[in-house]
Amino acid sequence: MVSKSQRVLPGFGLALGYTLVYLSLLILLPLGGMILRTAELGFGQVMDIALSERSLAAFRVTFGASLLAAMINAFFGLIVAWVLVRYPFPGKRFVDALVDLPFALPTAVAGITLATLYAGNGWLGRYIEPLGFKVAYTPWGIVVALTFITLPFVVRTLQPVIEDIEIEVEEAAASLGASRWLTFRRIIFPAISPALLTGFALAFARAVGEYGSVIFIAGNLPLISEITPLLIISKLEQYDVLGATSLAVVMLALSFVLLLCVNVLQWWTANRHKNTEPLEVAAGRAGGAQ
Amino acid sequence: MKSNRSTQEPRWVRYSLMAVGLGFLFFFLGLPLVAVFVEALAQGVPAYVEALSEPETRSAIVLTIGIALAVLPFNIVFGVAAAWAIAKFDFKGKSLLITLIDLPFAVSPVVAGLIFILLFGAQGTFGPWLADHELKIVFAVPGMILATMFITFPFIARELIPLMQSQGKEEEEAAVSLGASGWQMFWRVTLPNIKWGLLYGVILSNARAMGEFGAVSVVSGHIRGETNTLPLHVEILYNEYNAIGAFAAASILALLALVTLVAKTIVEWRMKKETEMLNTVLAPEKTQ
Repeated sequence: MVSKSQRVLPGFGLALGYTLVYLSLLILLPLGGMILRTAELGFGQVMDIALSERSLAAFRVTFGASLLAAMINAFFGLIVAWVLVRYPFPGKRFVDALVDLPFALPTAVAGITLATLYAGNGWLGRYIEPLGFKVAYTPWGIVVALTFITLPFVVRTLQPVIEDIEIEVEEAAASLGASRWLTFRRIIFPAISPALLTGFALAFARAVGEYGSVIFIAGNLPLISEITPLLIISKLEQYDVLGATSLAVVMLALSFVLLLCVNVLQWWTANRHKNTEPLEVAAGRAGGAQ
Repeated sequence: MKSNRSTQEPRWVRYSLMAVGLGFLFFFLGLPLVAVFVEALAQGVPAYVEALSEPETRSAIVLTIGIALAVLPFNIVFGVAAAWAIAKFDFKGKSLLITLIDLPFAVSPVVAGLIFILLFGAQGTFGPWLADHELKIVFAVPGMILATMFITFPFIARELIPLMQSQGKEEEEAAVSLGASGWQMFWRVTLPNIKWGLLYGVILSNARAMGEFGAVSVVSGHIRGETNTLPLHVEILYNEYNAIGAFAAASILALLALVTLVAKTIVEWRMKKETEMLNTVLAPEKTQ
């Protein structure tokens, strides 16, 4: 301690030590233990379980529905974020606070409510089903539940970025004769697209692991509307611990790849932001703002 | 006025975007929120009150609050310790540590429950030892606390790290150089500075702890009146076609969500106000 005289503040050893011990005991060792458990089976057998017909169907449903839900949220989330930042309207603060509802509302509550709304006699189901389109107890129900659960991600990653767009850049574009649509395509969209991608990836990653909200509305038919987390649980309930573990490890590996993508995207966003700053300032000057 | 016009969309575009955006929020957020309470009160207030006064619902409420309270001190101590080490000191592997703290966000709740079954279940690593000593962790409350700790692990640390990084370390260094002890510095300087951020993290982690379903479901064993939290109780009632009971229990959780949103908004507003105040105090110095 004496040798490290540049460290004026106390408590580094204690804080870091506690952090590392707690992190290892609660997170790293249990996760590592699970991965080691699959060693009992060997790589070939893990792959056999993960590539069985039922598992593959579950992966397809889980990742397909998550991708769709993330895409729906990317499209509507962009519009919602834009409306919340740029347009004044009464009750805006209330709406803005409400966007976080899916983070605050327990997933089981979301699940039973959405299932009731979209069931044949529900508020929405009674109008949708006569059109020949069933949502509840089909894979579309999974998409609806995942769209609800991941709704805040795109909106919340986009809002600060849209707020940061300097209005001078848009003024400059307009004064140079660009239409509003051209300004959006060439100036605004490139500036917000990394954040849009990050929000999309976060939503996708969250959707893949989701369980609570989905099981009530999915119908849970093997090969058709069964998601991977549910398949893990049903294997566990049949005392097929190794089968459940194999699926969990494959899911974990896929989640890590996603987390890595999110981190790379965030790094890219930060870097891009830095690189474009001088340009924006220059454009701002050109617009006669400074 | 003119510049304002050049950076605004035509009126019809503005109105259609607002209609699409707010319509989307209405169908996906507003309608479900209203539906919870309408379904809960579908057969009148007496049926609602009766559903809530069932002993099993009550014990589920007590267990849910108990688990959330048990988890909270762990998350607070870890969050403050991790943020202190990461925000105020430089060391190798810092960004790796930050990534590892985010790890539980990338793990499915079901997998989070499974890892504790693998450790403490009957066929688990410590299973035989626990059985010999007549200790029960999974399919009992301790396992549910562990799973909730895992799920809510990053929340407070994630709030505090950027906050403490932005505050720098000058104030603490001044306190120490004026002779304050470590704990004096923490209680008198650090804690007052981070109190709103800490509260924000507590609100988020508490909402998740009380609402967690997947992870707790795997380790609970679903013993009624013993290892049933409120979200798990909602599932049982719903699967028994007891819609009033399920939505009555769900309405308690929805109220909790609304309280969370209000508290979160108030804290956000306080934090914003404090940074604005700080900026106006510091602004004249900066321009000189």
